Amino acid sequence: METLERILAEHPFFKGMDQRYLELLTGCASNVRFEAGEYIFRAEEEANQFYLIRQGKVALEAFAPERGPIVILTLDQGEVLGWSWLFPPHRWRFDAQAVEFTRAIALDGACLRKKTEDNHDMGYEFMKRFSQLMARALLATRLQLLNVYELNP
Amino acid sequence: MSTNSTPETMMGREPSAPMLPRPCTVQRVRQETYDTFTLELAPAAGGAFPFAPGQFNMLYAFGVGEVAISISGDPGRPEKLVHTIRAVGATTKALGHLRRGDTVGVRGPFGSAWPAAAAAGRDLIIIAGGIGLAPLRPVVYHVLRNRQKYGNVVLLYGARTPADLLYTKELEQWRGRFDLDVQVTVDRASASWHGTVGVVTNFIPRARFDPSETVAMICGPEIMMRFAIQEIEEMEVNTDNIYVSMERNMKCAVGFCGHCQFGPAFICKDGPVFSYNSIKTLLNIRGI
Amino acid sequence: MNFPLNRAMMAPRGSVTETALKVGTLRMLEGASLDRLFGALSKRGYRLLGPAVREGAIVFDEINSAADLPAGWTDEQEGGTYRLKKRSDDALFGYAVGPHSWKKFLHPPAERLWQADRKGKTFEVTEEKPDTQKTAFIGVRSCDLHAIAIQDKVFLNGYYVDPLYKARREHAFIVAVNCGQAGGTCFCVSMGAGPKAAAGFDLALTEVCEPERHYFVVEAGTDLGAEILAELPGREVEGREKAAAEDTVASAAQQMGRYMDTTNIKELLYQNYAHPRWDTVAARCLTCANCTMVCPTCFCTTVEDVTDLQGEHAERWQKWDSCFTKDFSYIHGGSIRATSKARYRQWMTHKLATWFDQFGTSGCVGCGRCITWCPVAIDITEEVRAIRQAPQSPKSSPVGDKYGNS
Repeated sequence: METLERILAEHPFFKGMDQRYLELLTGCASNVRFEAGEYIFRAEEEANQFYLIRQGKVALEAFAPERGPIVILTLDQGEVLGWSWLFPPHRWRFDAQAVEFTRAIALDGACLRKKTEDNHDMGYEFMKRFSQLMARALLATRLQLLNVYELNP
Repeated sequence: MSTNSTPETMMGREPSAPMLPRPCTVQRVRQETYDTFTLELAPAAGGAFPFAPGQFNMLYAFGVGEVAISISGDPGRPEKLVHTIRAVGATTKALGHLRRGDTVGVRGPFGSAWPAAAAAGRDLIIIAGGIGLAPLRPVVYHVLRNRQKYGNVVLLYGARTPADLLYTKELEQWRGRFDLDVQVTVDRASASWHGTVGVVTNFIPRARFDPSETVAMICGPEIMMRFAIQEIEEMEVNTDNIYVSMERNMKCAVGFCGHCQFGPAFICKDGPVFSYNSIKTLLNIRGI
Repeated sequence: MNFPLNRAMMAPRGSVTETALKVGTLRMLEGASLDRLFGALSKRGYRLLGPAVREGAIVFDEINSAADLPAGWTDEQEGGTYRLKKRSDDALFGYAVGPHSWKKFLHPPAERLWQADRKGKTFEVTEEKPDTQKTAFIGVRSCDLHAIAIQDKVFLNGYYVDPLYKARREHAFIVAVNCGQAGGTCFCVSMGAGPKAAAGFDLALTEVCEPERHYFVVEAGTDLGAEILAELPGREVEGREKAAAEDTVASAAQQMGRYMDTTNIKELLYQNYAHPRWDTVAARCLTCANCTMVCPTCFCTTVEDVTDLQGEHAERWQKWDSCFTKDFSYIHGGSIRATSKARYRQWMTHKLATWFDQFGTSGCVGCGRCITWCPVAIDITEEVRAIRQAPQSPKSSPVGDKYGNS
């Protein structure tokens, strides 16, 4: 049986993370699974977790009444879902729906916020990883905005 | 590996009459997307049309004009000459009106090839954006014919929307193979699309290949290729092993007309496939 | 002084030497006997093309005899300036170069490549027949000889050969004329392209105008040239005549109106793609394409497809094009070189840098036409000088060897 700690350690997001911190984090982690079509969270709901996707595919969506759901991006195995839990007001901005059966590790935001406040060294490790994630997401979004395949954008 | 390794037999076979189109008969027309179609041709005089993956032909629509189109068929089946064409101008639209039995003028094949054979023994990461999948498809065919010669083979393909995806049936077949890692994504989609949404470069860090033993082949809009190269470089793939296919205005395809110059290179004869290292500095000069 | 050039005045036939001449032989030909050369060429079926005064300029056109040559005319040239002026003598080749170059004939401004006729669902393509008309180019300057050699590399020396160019080239007889006077925009000496014709001619003339005498020193460059020279009423050249001819060319070399320092010029330009000078010149450049039209090496073309009204007959025409037009670099979505800066830089960098990588030679022969015929007097030598005086650090744009390998 795989331990949560080992699953965390093997996820790309925590790659190279100090063993001591992983032990601390394990206390905030739990296994979750979502059926295809199930919403993991919805916009405006309180954001109290983030998810390390182990298997499956999750779509981040916005909803426009006249257009229906618009998929902003999808996240696959090895990727991380959600950072609204990090900053006030701790509310999701978009909907997240499992496109297919999805298994993930949920990390409790309130628990993490406390632990990172208590241990700034761990907090720094954590923030480094999240800022890289955000920078990558921003770059990808810019690329999407560039609409590179359009002949006359 | 050299970009200029095209065997002479794969060059336009009329070196003394390079501007003369050869009539070819349309065998089949397939609509790929709302604006893109595939023409399957055969030389009217019979015989085969050998080419190397990555090469292109000049297709002539009677009385309208000529346009450079990469060859997107199977190099192992040279009796079928396949081109996938996006109808954007007068000539490509005229080609789009052709039906089985009609005639197209063909000059070629021209240009350099992907180092498909030379990449044997290594992992292969093929990154295609939009219509850029067409010139890479012959590489996939070649690899599948010689699958045991290669390590991991990854095909990453991005398009604007699900409606813009080429060769969807074939992609589905390829996805079903255990010896091919095929990832498809679109920049935008409605919720009815159950595939991946996001830029194609997102796949690169997660793709399975050994950076020290990988050859990368990239074709798509220049801006997409630049970002893909950055990701590949970040994975520490040797830049000697990165290949790209460039596009410029082409009129003659044989180095006479000057249109396709890219710094010191003529895209038509030194390219379209270049090793990234050979054009690295040029890619960053605006308006060159 | 006047040199009557009619047949009655020609040297008697008896003076024609019967012994075969060798390539490299120098002979003296009296000015009045020049028509004998034209006659010998016409007799062999050559159509004669040479300099003639048309609309205030010396251009190349069909000529019948020496009487059609621009006797007593010279050209005054400066940046954006060209005017004809009377000489103090009646020299036939006493000018530098005009707006035309020989590419007008060898690589014509418009030519049909093939025709096609619809036959039911298919069509038949008819190749354009190569032009086998023998043509003699009279008065080819050394810079233009170099330009022809450069275009030969483009159209003849690669894997693909332009059959129409090839035929014209094979049927051309070249009568070079060494320059006795340089124009105000000439800089062939800088480019190693003149003023003395060194190769690529059948016959090379040096015109000597002395107060009492007008003669040519003629050099045979090929067997055919030697054969024709042997038929002409000349004689062995005397030491004094040879010296006079050499002096003539030497004085032209001293008169170059322009100079270009070509030391490491390829590297200089490769390292200066981002030089602010390109903005300066772009602010003046009208992208009118004059420089590319008058340039004897510019070879770029486009194609046009035409049909008859019924759509049964189609033709493909090749026409001169210019990298100064916005459409030149158009791909779906837009032009690669959308700014005049990018276009001027493309042209000049092609001439002086990328050409070396493409064809192993400079693309500039120093004829000065682009300077003279630029409506705003942009001067390629001045542009090089400006960049050379304040080059960027090699780091800023390190295009190295072929396509940037270093």
